[in-house]
Amino acid sequence: MEAFFNGLPYAVAQGLIWGIMAIGVFITYKVLDVADLTVDGSIATGGAVFVVTCNAGMNVALCMLLAFAAGCIAGTVTGLIHTVCGIQPILAGILTQLMLWSLNYKIMDRANTALMKDTFITMNIDLLGYTITWALLICIGIVLLLYLFFGTEFGCAIRATGDNEHMSRAQGINVNFNKVFGLMLSNGLVAFSGAMLAQYQGAADIKMGSGAIVIGLASIVIGTSLVSKLTRNFAITLIGTVVGAVIYFSIYQFVVNLDFSTELLKMLSAIVVLIFLAVPNLKKKYFSVKRSKKVAAEASVAEKGGEENA
Amino acid sequence: MLEIKNLSKTFNAGTVNAKTALDGLSLTLNDGDFVTVIGGNGAGKSTLLNAIAGVFQPDTGDIILDGVRLNGVPEHKRAKYLGRVFQDPMMGTAANMQIDENLALAKRRGALRGLRWGINPSEHAEYRKLLLTLDLGLEDRLTSKVGLLSGGQRQAVTLLMATLKQPKLLLLDEHTAALDPKTAAKVLDITEKIVSENKLTTLMITHNMRDAIRYGNRLIMMREGKVVVDVSGEAKQKLTVEALLELFTKASGGDEFLSDRAILS
Repeated sequence: MEAFFNGLPYAVAQGLIWGIMAIGVFITYKVLDVADLTVDGSIATGGAVFVVTCNAGMNVALCMLLAFAAGCIAGTVTGLIHTVCGIQPILAGILTQLMLWSLNYKIMDRANTALMKDTFITMNIDLLGYTITWALLICIGIVLLLYLFFGTEFGCAIRATGDNEHMSRAQGINVNFNKVFGLMLSNGLVAFSGAMLAQYQGAADIKMGSGAIVIGLASIVIGTSLVSKLTRNFAITLIGTVVGAVIYFSIYQFVVNLDFSTELLKMLSAIVVLIFLAVPNLKKKYFSVKRSKKVAAEASVAEKGGEENA
Repeated sequence: MLEIKNLSKTFNAGTVNAKTALDGLSLTLNDGDFVTVIGGNGAGKSTLLNAIAGVFQPDTGDIILDGVRLNGVPEHKRAKYLGRVFQDPMMGTAANMQIDENLALAKRRGALRGLRWGINPSEHAEYRKLLLTLDLGLEDRLTSKVGLLSGGQRQAVTLLMATLKQPKLLLLDEHTAALDPKTAAKVLDITEKIVSENKLTTLMITHNMRDAIRYGNRLIMMREGKVVVDVSGEAKQKLTVEALLELFTKASGGDEFLSDRAILS
């Protein structure tokens, strides 16, 4: 148990970094109502672009912006494959992800690259408090910016696009443009989180994004189940998503400390997401079956009563 | 106002499922015309409205609205000129957004959506007043999600949204067909009020002959993608359901009268 508590600060730092990725996934999965698998690739793209540019001696903040921009391009590609070529978004995302796999290798010219410079986010235990503060500030900044953005005319139009395309078109909203923009913004944030992750790990790796979408979804479902009963406020739901990511990595930490074989962790992540996504549906089904049985039972009682009266 | 010339559309052309939905249809609407559209299933009524709205591009023909040729203009750009209410109450509103947010989206139809606030505090008073005219008790529920409303309430809100920014042409595609008779009558009354107050040029599809006769100043009947009956003015006011059925029998040559009569009445 002590090992678990000692590991908690790491879980918090990781959770905050992955929380930014989860916010990116939130934009596609919750706002646009699209399952976008580009993220598994774009998080590594963000890491790769950051490490390569940073090692070349560029300013750290600029490198992070470049990572964000690279993610934006990846998201735009997915968006265009979906809207221009008319391919389902999930398949469009898989195609881009596959392209990014090769591209990430080309960016680094190998499968992984170590970061040669100290930055403000690191795994170093002495500086972990510093890392957590930075990550927290960045999270709060992003949540605030997104909250403001989705309150604007343009932001409202993007929300409407994800809610009801028919209505959006009838109200003069260019739904294709909005979808591309949403995918762009989402993957930009995911790549930005990849840049932070590369700093945290001290390296970028083409495999660093494998299964990322599952972590993003897990954070969202944990986060929304936490706050949805209290409020539907957009900013609080986003904060909930970040908290969801922190909870996810705390559970992860706990399981690691159980001497659980790490090869099984991906299976565990998938099962956690499956349970969180399935339970509300199963609950609905169970209760509606129960209700219809009750109605049927009442009806048959009434029928019998009628026969007796006759 | 609206000029439709020789409009044709065949779906699945060149296959065994080919279906000619519009067949050289021509129609001219004058400013302020409130036209009810009737016809059997598959007569091309909805296809006509969708062609005007730009859901698909027609095979031949022109659609000209106030001198602007709409051919090739995408659906979201035509929305600037058009107000639309659909048959399905779920289609016209965003269920997970609030009533005021839906109205604010509609208020900005045709305008550039930039980084100004999506809804101004000053708009609330305006929306409350509008909702009050519906008499459905929605004026105190501005921040409720639209998904919580009933079908009739949603259609009424959609109607407000379609006319909040005055359209050049209002397209109503059987917008009361999914509602119970009482609610349908209420929504139709609201429709007539909004149309007459704003002097809107309107195309309203209905399956109900009595409604088709009662509302509007002009009635057209469609059959096999063409307008076969077009009555307006005094002749329209004097119409009865029997007279309408007779007109339809004449127009269709009598053959399909029985089957179509069942659909129409």
